[in-house]
Amino acid sequence: MRTITLGTAILGSICGMLGSFAVLRKQSLLGDAISHAALPGIAIAFLITGTKETNVLLIGALISGLLGAFWIRGITKRTHLKSDTALGLILSIFFGFGMLLLTYIQKQPNANQSGLDKFLFGQAATLLSRDVWFMASVTFVCLCVLLLFWKEFKILLFDADYAKTLGFNTKFIDILITSFIVLAIVLGLQTVGVVLMSAMLLAPAAAARQWTNSLGVMVVLAAIFGATSGVLGTAISASQNNLSTGPVIVLVAAVFVIFSFIFSPSRGLLFRQIRFIQNRKDLELHKTLAFMFEIAQDHENISHPHAVKILNNFHGFTRKTLGKLEAKEYISVKGQMWSMTPKGYHFAANLYNQQTNEDE
Amino acid sequence: MKPQKIAIAVDDLTVAYNYKPVLWDIDLAIPEGVLMAIVGPNGAGKSTLIKSILGIIDPIAGSVAIYGKPYDKQRKLVGYVPQKGSVDWDFPTTALDVVMMGTYGSLGWIKRPGKKERKTALESLEKVGMLAFKDRQISQLSGGQQQRVFLARALAQDAAIYFMDEPFQGVDATTEIAIINILKELRKAGKTVVVVHHDLQTVPEYFDWVTFLNVKKIATGPVKEIFNDDNLTKTYGINYKVSIQQ
Repeated sequence: MRTITLGTAILGSICGMLGSFAVLRKQSLLGDAISHAALPGIAIAFLITGTKETNVLLIGALISGLLGAFWIRGITKRTHLKSDTALGLILSIFFGFGMLLLTYIQKQPNANQSGLDKFLFGQAATLLSRDVWFMASVTFVCLCVLLLFWKEFKILLFDADYAKTLGFNTKFIDILITSFIVLAIVLGLQTVGVVLMSAMLLAPAAAARQWTNSLGVMVVLAAIFGATSGVLGTAISASQNNLSTGPVIVLVAAVFVIFSFIFSPSRGLLFRQIRFIQNRKDLELHKTLAFMFEIAQDHENISHPHAVKILNNFHGFTRKTLGKLEAKEYISVKGQMWSMTPKGYHFAANLYNQQTNEDE
Repeated sequence: MKPQKIAIAVDDLTVAYNYKPVLWDIDLAIPEGVLMAIVGPNGAGKSTLIKSILGIIDPIAGSVAIYGKPYDKQRKLVGYVPQKGSVDWDFPTTALDVVMMGTYGSLGWIKRPGKKERKTALESLEKVGMLAFKDRQISQLSGGQQQRVFLARALAQDAAIYFMDEPFQGVDATTEIAIINILKELRKAGKTVVVVHHDLQTVPEYFDWVTFLNVKKIATGPVKEIFNDDNLTKTYGINYKVSIQQ
């Protein structure tokens, strides 16, 4: 149990980190294509060696995953096809071939094939402590590479052409990132499975993007979200009978995404709506203030008192707006008369002057 | 006129997508210290010319020399301002961070930008009048401000030669004046600046050197000598007399 929790946490964090890069490169579906492309590798590795040793099968997955990833790269570079087409093609061709091999293996009389199914939907329970050690070391290496080439990764993600003119070998950086993404996916196949693996890559990154405008913070947050999803998912699936771990982890990650979409202060739907309503209220106030400004302008003394009555025919006016304007010290109200303060006059005069507002 | 040093020499440059030539046999000798416009109709290969000089696009033939040596060896002398639309401005980073990227080239692999690079970036931001926006998320900048950030990034490269791909695209009159003033400053400091430009009306006012391009090179030289109806007609295929004299 502890092993599994640790394993899913590590998996979640490495997927979160690398997923941030995939999301920012607009290669969200790359993960999906690669994980599906890994399936025939697993089947072929089994056919050749006849073993169900996870490490051997995962080497097969790694090879066919890499093959798929670089074919996608090649297709988009050398043909006029867009990357979504290339991704779709590689995904379905490799997956189709993998399924074909799986059914072939199932029909072999001697083979005990049931073990291969776990790679389709994942089976966290099969994680051994040496699997977790392996995951941890890969994550450590990945972290080192990330820190070492941080600057190079960042500039490639933002502006690859420019990076090239500065003399960076963009092809090398690109291959480095892609290889690590493939590696992370292959690591996750045993736990989460071919079908759901891309969610592990994308969900933490998508959630993290909502909370920050800094690449570094985004990568760290995505790693934390991923790890937390792993831990919570494992705990929930363990507390309920027969809930398989992979889907639960993915669902927990999805909850992170939904929560972030709604509650993020700068990008979330909730605060956006609140800001929208606030703006509309402000606009109503401004409308009334602008009308008052027009009246006040006609007098030499801007603070000359006027009857509240003359506002009554005006559209946006209510007693409440009057109170709000007074609270902001834009006007002062005495009985049935209002007068504009110098502060209010100045504000109203510059209300539609964008230059002054923008400097704030 | 005394012979000037040639900053950029382009020799027989030819670029093709599939079988269709985009640039055909371009020869250019751009003297040091000029502010040069590349003009030509849409699809004339203006951006492609810059990109193939910079090695972003591989030409099928030809060579480029910067101060007499191959471009690969002279990268540090060359700054680049790409088209604003070529990147995703929703990328999670700040204006200062983008400008800092201009120093990455001289840093080389792995080394992190430090205090010196930060100072360079801040100075560059100040030159383009964007210092107040240094911590602003880049998606929160207006189009003109984004263009200035790109310009500042190139300034941070502290290059001798600058290539700029339509720096005036989609900016308002104030920004355009600010940008052209910076370009003129660069020229005053002895830098060579090559600009892909669309507005023919402003060519005589802004630039002192011009290249007419339409797949082939039509003409190149001082604006005073070659910016005339004849070359405009040859480049654009229609009579430009009326529009230019206005």
